[in-house]
This record gives sequence, C-alpha cells and structure tokens, in this order.
Amino acid sequence: MSRIDALFARKSPVFIGFTVAGDPGIEASLRVAKAMIDAGADLLEIAVPYADPVADGPVIERAHVRALRAGTTPDDVFALVRRIRGYAPALPLVLFTYHNIIHRRGPDRFFSEAAAAGADGVLIVDLPSEESGEVAPCAARYGIDRIALIAPTTSPERQHAILSGASGFVYLISLEGVTGERDRLPPGIAGLVGAVREKTGLPLAVGFGVSRPEHVRTVVAAGADGVIVGSALVRLIEEHAGDEAAMHAALRAAIAALRRGLVPDPEPDMLRRERVEE
Amino acid sequence: MKPGRYGIYGGRYVPETLMSALIELEETYERVREDPEFSSRLSWYLREYAGRETPLTYCANLSRDLGCRVYLKREDLLHGGAHKLNNTLGQALMAKFMGKRRLIAETGAGQHGVATAIAGAALGLPVEVYMGEVDTRRQALNVFRMELLGARVVPVVSGTRTLKDAINAAMRDWVANLGDTHYLLGSCVGPHPFPRIVRDFQSVIGEETRRQILEREGRLPDTVVACVGGGSNAIGIFYPFVNDDVALVGVEAGGEGLDSGRHGASLSAGSVGVFQGALSYLLQDGDGQALETHSVAAGLDHPSVGPEHAMLKDSGRVRYEAVTDAEALHAFRRLSRTEGIIPALESAHAVAYALRAADDLDKDGILVVNLSGRGDKDVADVANLHGGVA
Repeated sequence: MSRIDALFARKSPVFIGFTVAGDPGIEASLRVAKAMIDAGADLLEIAVPYADPVADGPVIERAHVRALRAGTTPDDVFALVRRIRGYAPALPLVLFTYHNIIHRRGPDRFFSEAAAAGADGVLIVDLPSEESGEVAPCAARYGIDRIALIAPTTSPERQHAILSGASGFVYLISLEGVTGERDRLPPGIAGLVGAVREKTGLPLAVGFGVSRPEHVRTVVAAGADGVIVGSALVRLIEEHAGDEAAMHAALRAAIAALRRGLVPDPEPDMLRRERVEE
Repeated sequence: MKPGRYGIYGGRYVPETLMSALIELEETYERVREDPEFSSRLSWYLREYAGRETPLTYCANLSRDLGCRVYLKREDLLHGGAHKLNNTLGQALMAKFMGKRRLIAETGAGQHGVATAIAGAALGLPVEVYMGEVDTRRQALNVFRMELLGARVVPVVSGTRTLKDAINAAMRDWVANLGDTHYLLGSCVGPHPFPRIVRDFQSVIGEETRRQILEREGRLPDTVVACVGGGSNAIGIFYPFVNDDVALVGVEAGGEGLDSGRHGASLSAGSVGVFQGALSYLLQDGDGQALETHSVAAGLDHPSVGPEHAMLKDSGRVRYEAVTDAEALHAFRRLSRTEGIIPALESAHAVAYALRAADDLDKDGILVVNLSGRGDKDVADVANLHGGVA
C-alpha cells in the first residue's frame, strides 16, 4: 500500500500543509517542513519554485520569488524531499509544480528523480487532463500518483475524464480564483464533494481559500477526507522571515488550531458564533 | 492536427479553473465566426470606425535607393496607430455576443491597453487594464490615454512589476470573474483558442495586402516582412500567403545581439517550452524558468512567441531573423527621412531587415513590409537615447 493510500485508510480527516521549497532559504525550508510535520501535518505538498505561478495568489507568488532569489533549483527540491523523507519515513510527500519544470527536464527524468527522492505524488497545476498524455506513462512507470485537480467550474464530463487518470487523492478547488486566504468559503463545497464522491473511490481533499479552523470544519462537514492549507501558512513564513524560532512557533500554533477543525465540534453553531463575536 | 495545435505547439496549459472559460470561448468563437450578423457588425467597425482598408503605400524613394519595389502595409494609419485594434474590436464584439459585461487586458508598453480601451469605449464595455507598476511610470502618456478613454489602469506591484506580472494579474482576475468578464488577450499567444482567434482577426491585414498587390502589380510579392514579438501582426499578414510562392520573413528583437544574452529572439535563440498557457519557443534557463528579455522596442520585449510561428519555423515555411536595437534605430531614422513616415520601433525591425533583404532582389522584385504601427509613441524615447539629436 502506498504512503498516500495508507494515510487515507486511517479514515479520519487529514491535514495537508503546503510550503514552497526553498522559502525562505534552502536549509530554512527543511526546518519549516520539520516544524509543520511536528505540528501535525499528515501530508506535505512541496512546491517547486517557478517564476510565473499563474494559479497562485500574491502570498504564494511571493514565496516562489523568495525561493528563486535564494537560488532554489529543481535539484535542490529533490534533495530537500530526500531529507524530509529521512526525517519522516511514513509521511506522504507530494510535489506541486508547473509543467514547464517537467517539460524542460524531460518527464521520464523528472519522475524518476522524484521517485528516487521519495516523493509519492506529483500535482501539475497547469496541466489539464487533455495535455497529460506525455507525463501519464512516466508517472506510472515510477509509481508516482498523479494528483488530479477538479474546480467548481469543471463540467461533469470533464470530471469523468480527469478522474479516469487520477490516483492517490483528488484535489478539489473550493472556489473560482487563485490560491489565497478568504474570509469565508463559497457555499457550493458540499455539492462539489458530493458530486465527485459519486464518481470516484479516491479520497477527496479540498484546498484554495481554506485558512481558518471554521473553514476546516466546513470542509470536513461537507464530507471531504482532507483539507489543504497553503497561503495561511506561507504568510506566517513571510511574516517571521527574520526570526525562525517565532516562525516555527507560529506554524505550530496555526496547524494545531486548524487541526482542531478536523474533529466534529461539540458546540452548536449558535454558541460558537456568539463566542467569536465577544 | 488536433484542434488548438500547430504541429506539436499550442495546446492549453492552464489551471483547471480556466478550462471551462476556454471551452466556452472556443464554442462561442466557432458560433460567431459563422454568424452573418457578427461578420457584418465587425466589418462595419473595421471600415467606418477603425479606417480599413489601410493603404498599401509604394515607397518611391526607398525603392529607388534599394533597387527593388518596396511597399508598406500601413497599419500605422489604423485608428489608434497600430494593428492592435483589429483584434480588440473583434474580441470586444465577441465578448458582447457572449453576454460578458466587462473586459480585462494586460499591457506592457500600453499599445494593447489603449486599443482595448478604444474598443471598450466604442462598444460600451467597461475596461480594466493591468500594467506593471514599472511600465505605468515608463509609459505615463499611454496610461493617461487609457484613462481618457474611460479605462481603469491597475498597476501591478508583484514580481518584476512589468508585462509578465501584468499577465499573471489579468489571469488571476479572469479566473475569479469568469461569469461576467472576457480576458482580451493582445497577441497570438496563450492557451487555445486565443492564438487562433487573434490570427483570424489579424488576417485582415494579409487579405487586404494580397488583393491590393494583385491590383497594383498584377502578381504576388516576392517577399513579405513583419516584426515578431508575440507575433500577431506577422501572423496576420503571413497567414493569407502561406500557400503561395512568397518568401515570408519574421523579424525578432536581436537587442544587443544574440550572443549578448540581452534580446527577445525566442525563435532564433530559444528552446521549446510551456509559457503562459502554450507550448512554443521560449527563452528559458536550464531549469525551465523564463529569462529576462531586452529590446529597444517594448512590444518585442517578451520571452515567448505564438505557437503557430513555432510550427512555421520548424517547417521552414517562414524564415525568422533577428535585428539588433542599433539596426532598428537606424531604420527608424532612415524611413522617417526618405519617406516621411515615422515607424514604431517594433515595425522598424521589419524595415531594418528589408534594407538587408533588398540586396537579394532585382529592380522588379517586390518587397512588402508590414508597418504594424506608428512611431509617435517612441519619439521621446529615441530622442533621449541620442541626447535629443535626430
């Protein structure tokens, strides 16, 4: 059983943390990953820094810029993955990348290096299923899951096509827009989770905009198997760039708080809202 | 060939959220291009509003100097001063047919932003234009023009604060507002169906040129030359000649020379890669990151090129050459003096190549240069480059 399958087989909702490799620096990035794992991240999504991250909002875009300024290359990312793998042998690791990184390296070489480093999955944010003919056999050859993305705007026919090539888990995009924190999540999540659930047996994780414990609670209540949090964590790295101890403390506190959203809330909604307003 | 592909090039390399919008755009485009009402309204705008057809001017002085027959296709005389309006009118009208209520665009030097603002004003659609903060300062006059035309200019402060970042910001806006917004892309780049839509709207240039030269000379030209940044004016004039026995030459920004690393010649010196939604030639490093580019002509200062040009290069049907900043500046002055026509610095690259190519033609040889825009926008920059000395 793959590490991703083993994680979701636990049957309790999982917390997926996102970080850009090399942000704020290559060595510091390893310490960030360790802090996130120690704080309770069940799976890490590790972005390969890219100069034109069109799917990302400003917070994550700035993280790509910081990582590139620190000189981070795909070689460094594979080395980082190898070291994280050494630290957390059972933790699933997913590489998040834009397609030109793979195209430039050659898909076969990219996937063979990803597998050798210990990555379990690859998520290619700008490669729709229609264009994935070249990478699919390479991912399969090296036993790497290709994480599929489904958006609220994806038609039912496309959902079928996307899911037929997917493995590992499915990344459901919660909203129309790029990554980034939002005050509230759009109301359609439960419908999206339900619609995709009917079409696949793969676990479903929701990302984009998920940044507060109450969002996590909403996503879990919608029936998702996991949540993905990126910008809210990346912002803490940016805010505490000059003080690693404070950065790690902030990440630990944020992940602990977000994780509390994973378990069902014993308090009725009304009571909670009143307490927040106090 | 698969739809949306030019040989191996083109395609749609975009986040999943954008796919529905691209599919909607493709379907709408297939519908409107067959719609007689759309065609007749677009023809009206092109003729009565934009000033088509544009002249094909015989250059007596330059022809005498060069020893062949030189014509200029005068897109500089189109309303707004450049070929850009062919595409922005077409797409703005299409947006109206799609029921979109808002146009967004991105612009580097400001020409596409101005052309979008013109089309939006003419068709009653509000326009927002993303522009790198650095470019808003460099092109303050064009910012004022856009605002005068009723557009809102949004300065982009991320990344290098230039065109590349403005494109990212426009994409983000589009992804978040697909229901009511059309992203009016300015060149034959980006994901399918944009390269095809832009090529079709710009093909009016080549169709007119072909008809005009047959009327004037009774035969097709020997050579057609156009500058290539993203490549929209070039594909517009080339496309109707692709199946003819006519030499087609695309001229890229050689900047300070291809060996200097400071240029914008993606076809001459780039490699195959994915950039902003399409597979094409790209100036990139060994890891696949797009490189910084340079050209004296802001409109050619871009790391990639339309995918159809990539195919035409590989097949050998079009030859792509690079012209340096210095050669372009020389041509800028020479055309101004010999013909009384100040070309855009982008178009001056095509003129510069024509000065070279004329050596290969005899006195009856016919050379057509696409003068994609006028040079008023560049006059102050050129004056500054040379301390005010023309």
